[in-house]
Amino acid sequence: MPDLLLAHVPLEHVLTLGGLLFAIGLYLALAKRNAIGILMGVEIMLNAVNVTLLAFSRYVVSPRPLDGHVFAVFVITVAAAEAAVALALAVAVYKHRDTVNIDEIDLLRW
Amino acid sequence: MIDDTGITVAFYVLAATTVICALMVAFVRELIQAVLFLALSFVGVAGIYVVLSADFVAVVQVLIYAGAVAVLMTFAVMLTPAADRHNSETPFWGPAAVLAGLVLAVIVFVAYDTSWRLTGREAFPATAASLGEAFLKPYVVPFEVASVLLMTAMIGAIVLTKDEEDGADA
Repeated sequence: MPDLLLAHVPLEHVLTLGGLLFAIGLYLALAKRNAIGILMGVEIMLNAVNVTLLAFSRYVVSPRPLDGHVFAVFVITVAAAEAAVALALAVAVYKHRDTVNIDEIDLLRW
Repeated sequence: MIDDTGITVAFYVLAATTVICALMVAFVRELIQAVLFLALSFVGVAGIYVVLSADFVAVVQVLIYAGAVAVLMTFAVMLTPAADRHNSETPFWGPAAVLAGLVLAVIVFVAYDTSWRLTGREAFPATAASLGEAFLKPYVVPFEVASVLLMTAMIGAIVLTKDEEDGADA
């Protein structure tokens, strides 16, 4: 008997969801002025990748299907570390410049 | 274990919630509101994980993303009180939108064009035990490296935000 999820929700729809989230995150990361807004975009992109990893883990033939879950947990770990460091950087820059807008932080401009 | 046709409804409702909340992060004009929509989007993604029968990852998602990362971002917004709270775009938002649209088009094209080797697998049974085994047997080295990474990130965050007056390089 085929599984209900696999019978009713095609893999392509889950991948499209991942693609939509990734595109929204990419737009945020490229277009926002606020450093915290950019970080939000990066986090949404990482979430999109996790959705895709878990979708492949569930749908596609594999000798060790749970490896996708292991990867997702590692991605979440690294994302948490990255969020902590990036937000600390934003706060450190704010202490010197009183702004976190990336177009006003132009010390290295020539 | 979800074993109903309702799983289809659950998937599409959760997917719509997640995408709409992610779009609201882009369109809402107040930074704090953007953080709240982001947290809601993370919870939606956790629901998607449950539908994909990834119970352990869903719990981790709620704890770390909807919990820790959302609180961390709220704190970062509140610790920068004099900064601009307006969630505005740079003048390059047009090219950014075009690039994001192109990436989306490529992903959707590849997703529909490839013939995936699908399985008729049943939903995974509770995954926590087998994940624990995977972390401590084949993936023990990355697991330990991840713990060192977290330690480094924690120390780095503390050093970066420390007041410089009490240091020698003030």
